[in-house]
Amino acid sequence: MIEQHLLLKRVDFIFVHDTDWEKILQKSIHRPKQELINELISSELKGRGGAGFPTGLKWKLTSEANGSEKYVICNADEGEPGTFKDREILTRVPYKVLTAMAICGFIIGSNNGIIYLRGEYKYLENPLNEVINEFSYFCKKINLDFTIKIFMGSGAYICGEETAMFESLEGKRGEPRNKPPFPSVSGFRNKPTVINNVETLAHTYTIFKYGAKKFYDLGVQYSRGSKVFSISGDTPKPGIYELELGMSLQDFVDEFGDGDTKAVQVGGASGFLVPRKKFKETVIGYQGKLVGISLPTGGSMMLFNSSRSMYNLLDNYLEFFREESCGQCTPCRIGCQQLLAGIKAVKKGERPAPYLEKLLKLSETMQYTAKCGLGQSVANSFASIVENFREEMIY
Amino acid sequence: MSDTIHITINGIPVEVNENTVILDAAKKVNVVIPTLCYHPDICVAGNCRVCMVEISGQKRLTAACATPCEEGMDILTNSLKVRNCRKHIIELLLSEHNSDCTKCYKNGKCELQKLASDYKIMTQDFIELYREKKYTLDNFSPSIVKDDSKCIRCQRCVRTCEELQGVNALSVAYKGHEMKISTFYEKSMNDVVCTNCGQCVNHCPTGALVEKNYIEEVWGAISDPELHVVVQTAPAVRVGLGEEMGYPVGNRVTGKMVCALKRLGFDAVLDTDFAADLTIVEEGTELLERLRKAIVDKDPHVALPMATSCSPGWIKYIEHMYPEYLKNLSTCKSPQQMFGALVKTYYAKARNIDPKNIVSVSIMPCTAKKFEAARPEMHGSGYRDVDYVLTTRELAIMIKQAGIDFVQLEEMDFDRLMGESTGAGVIFGATGGVMEAALRTVYEIVTGREIPFKNLVVQPIRGMEGVRMTTIKIENTLEEWKFLEGVELKCAVAHGLTNAKKAMDLVKAGTADFHFLEVMACPGGCIGGGGQPIPTNAEIRKKRVAAIYAEDLGKPIRKSHENPEVIKIYNDFLGKPLGELSHKLLHTTYQTRERT
Amino acid sequence: MELHKRIVELADLHGRTRESLLPILQGVVECENYLSKRSMTEISKELDLPAAEVYGTATFYSFLEFRKMGKFTIRVCKTISCSMKGKNQILLAIEDMLKIEIGQSTPDGRFSLVETNCLGWCHKAPAMVINHEVFTELTPEKVREILGVYLKKEI
Repeated sequence: MIEQHLLLKRVDFIFVHDTDWEKILQKSIHRPKQELINELISSELKGRGGAGFPTGLKWKLTSEANGSEKYVICNADEGEPGTFKDREILTRVPYKVLTAMAICGFIIGSNNGIIYLRGEYKYLENPLNEVINEFSYFCKKINLDFTIKIFMGSGAYICGEETAMFESLEGKRGEPRNKPPFPSVSGFRNKPTVINNVETLAHTYTIFKYGAKKFYDLGVQYSRGSKVFSISGDTPKPGIYELELGMSLQDFVDEFGDGDTKAVQVGGASGFLVPRKKFKETVIGYQGKLVGISLPTGGSMMLFNSSRSMYNLLDNYLEFFREESCGQCTPCRIGCQQLLAGIKAVKKGERPAPYLEKLLKLSETMQYTAKCGLGQSVANSFASIVENFREEMIY
Repeated sequence: MSDTIHITINGIPVEVNENTVILDAAKKVNVVIPTLCYHPDICVAGNCRVCMVEISGQKRLTAACATPCEEGMDILTNSLKVRNCRKHIIELLLSEHNSDCTKCYKNGKCELQKLASDYKIMTQDFIELYREKKYTLDNFSPSIVKDDSKCIRCQRCVRTCEELQGVNALSVAYKGHEMKISTFYEKSMNDVVCTNCGQCVNHCPTGALVEKNYIEEVWGAISDPELHVVVQTAPAVRVGLGEEMGYPVGNRVTGKMVCALKRLGFDAVLDTDFAADLTIVEEGTELLERLRKAIVDKDPHVALPMATSCSPGWIKYIEHMYPEYLKNLSTCKSPQQMFGALVKTYYAKARNIDPKNIVSVSIMPCTAKKFEAARPEMHGSGYRDVDYVLTTRELAIMIKQAGIDFVQLEEMDFDRLMGESTGAGVIFGATGGVMEAALRTVYEIVTGREIPFKNLVVQPIRGMEGVRMTTIKIENTLEEWKFLEGVELKCAVAHGLTNAKKAMDLVKAGTADFHFLEVMACPGGCIGGGGQPIPTNAEIRKKRVAAIYAEDLGKPIRKSHENPEVIKIYNDFLGKPLGELSHKLLHTTYQTRERT
Repeated sequence: MELHKRIVELADLHGRTRESLLPILQGVVECENYLSKRSMTEISKELDLPAAEVYGTATFYSFLEFRKMGKFTIRVCKTISCSMKGKNQILLAIEDMLKIEIGQSTPDGRFSLVETNCLGWCHKAPAMVINHEVFTELTPEKVREILGVYLKKEI
């Protein structure tokens, strides 16, 4: 059944005030845990960090895991180029995030919450700690045993990967682990852990406040609810916008473009570059048989007009990955270097244009063999840029 | 009890236990999935991505070494996708690698080279990143050479140094394209806590970590007609050398080894085991002295437990990590060093050769022995006691260079004067061997009777457990040793430096109730040493140990103090154990080192 | 405060387990502006961690500098949004004013200049941070103004 894409719809769930958090928290911890889990599952909320794992299922699996020592971790290591929404959420409505963490702890049986805050947001540490103090005070008042601590990052994009984050929290290099085991069974300190993006947690707050249906009614099949988008680049309206999922990229560009949009990078450097000719058929949402192409995203939307060089884009992304890769696995560590050196060589004429085909195959190998999402996603932007803007890679 | 699950591999159905990883499951259907970062001695890393296999229905490939089988999995180890990806992975590794194989020490023995050969990587389409990068070459250590240009960053060395040895001299540093294997502040291995044990060399798949070889120097000495080149061979060499010559693991090739050494041109082929017997007499006496001081004199400063001192990796370890317990070490030199000191004094005199024309070479299963020979204080003879140390691997190289058909050689005997050994001397090569040899002698000295174990096999001290303890009750002593009547002599054995740490932590905590501690730096003892044939694993080490024990049983004399050449050297030269000449030539001192 | 004392203080605050390593490293960088060989040695002693491990962990994180940095570290974002909104002009302005290039520090030890990856202010590009203070919507003029303020600060 083909669903029509939706017109661009502004939503206002996330940034609506959080002043009722005390009520929401108290109400929720007096509901049966199974009911809360079912509410999340039926909302069909998916992770908003980019990976899109069903949140309800994640909380369910972790609550069912064996062990009395469990953790709730808020992934605030927002590092994907073009993403800045989590910073805003933590600045404007932090109580929603903390409340969501505490409810999660209640459900899965954890009294230990950690916010991994990226080093670049150090200026947020003190204000956030003040909020946490107030929050903790209330928790004590209502006899809810849940402590939250902030752990500061130190400048490593890869720590946003869930298992790399556990390693970093444990005082080690942020090198992703083998999966299985998955975090719901073995995460931080090898204990069952729920790790969720800041925005995801904020959405659960909405769901616990209004009920699943209100969330579910937005969006489209497989992509329910709203998403906070970070919009930057060649746009007259840069900033943060909460929009319904399922919009077409054409509608998006009509709203946010500067009239000359050549391409849109959906999902940051790990995402896809969509050229103008594919705007109409591209829908912003998670996997599923929608019309045309559906693209999941952490919400980073960067618009580029005709003055921009797509070669420079790719060069910039590949440099980013080459530096930020943890370096442990062969395809990512060496692959990123080869891709960057490769496009430079083609551009300089040191390699013939058909070498791009070999590079595309390499990026595919990286997708199939890299140990974590970073290496696996390089192919996304590499292939979409090279295939759609081949000329700009050569001349 | 884990459940049995059903999977297929390349269409072949197979039953495995739940939690078996794909790599092991494949072995059940005789499929060997290639690996690089995997090694049975250490934890799974899953970073080289060579062992990737396809699971039907999944778009991405999965690492066979790190993925447990699940019911119904349909695994393909050789699909087109797998082959294409694997080729890419190998090509990527080669693009960042110094592939000048003909000039590499590991030529012919490199795991990356083998993969490239198996997969017929005959072109390099990718850009040769190796040419643009700056690599470091660290050859300041007397034992180990670290060449970053050959490193494939599998981290086997780091995991070995951390997990197997607990030394942590190596770690992974930086990230991204700058990621590399490094020491603290990228200092030379010689300037950090590295114990020279060479386990990293044993576990490195390429030529990134190799022993510092002295092959050319030894050839030079042998070819010089003015020089009298004496070689000593450690016990562990004779049960490992065969592996380099095509024999299955666990074969003793003592006779052929001696013959080969003669053919190489050494002027005298002697046995380190002789010095091992000597060590037992000296060290046994030293232990009894300490016990006497503790029990009779009630001297509060006596350092007990006494720890063995023949493993130079262990010595460097304790110098770095537990310098406050250096006094607990026996002051005896290792057999190698005792031998070296005697070659240039006792042997020189007996053979009427000017010691300045003697070159003292040793064949060792060990890389730390190279460091030991170069220690500044090791010149008790008035000359460098041991000039060159060659590993088992280097000896094999020399034998092949000389065109010797090893397998066809006749068996020959060691030369005389310092070539006779007992079974007690041979078992030095295995973990627990020094302890067992010492007990055979000490028990008899004190009671006048043989130690009450069938065939003199002190079974409780044998085995592969990391830290082992046993108690020997001393009863019915001779008059002179009455103070030991009824004493329960507690003995502990540790092998692998992580286990040395366990033992030393007990000493530090004051809860160590043993009198005598044997430590071997390497897992399995010397037979698992850093200079032994590669590969190494628990299975291989067990077989080598069995060969050592078989060699012991085959010896006519089984106790160190009954070695006629040992008796002779005391009569003719040294006087008595711990005498003045012994102190000068056979005992040594230690130094405190930094923790970094 | 003397280095050893500082490290003991940090360890008293954060603990002496492996998990305490990163906060302590951050604390040392906070007051010393970089990680010296000595501080790494002291930390490894205080936490009873192998020195190579401490080094390997610290070198992983871009904000834990090993070079002696100035009192004020200027980090200019070089990722795509900032890159296309004029970060090169910003760099030029800084280099011109302070007479240093990327990777260098001023002789008086006041400033260091490095490039960094996405700071999370893409809608207000180009952006930079000086230590932890964020500055966005930069122009060469604005940069000169900001640096002017920092030039007057006490070091």
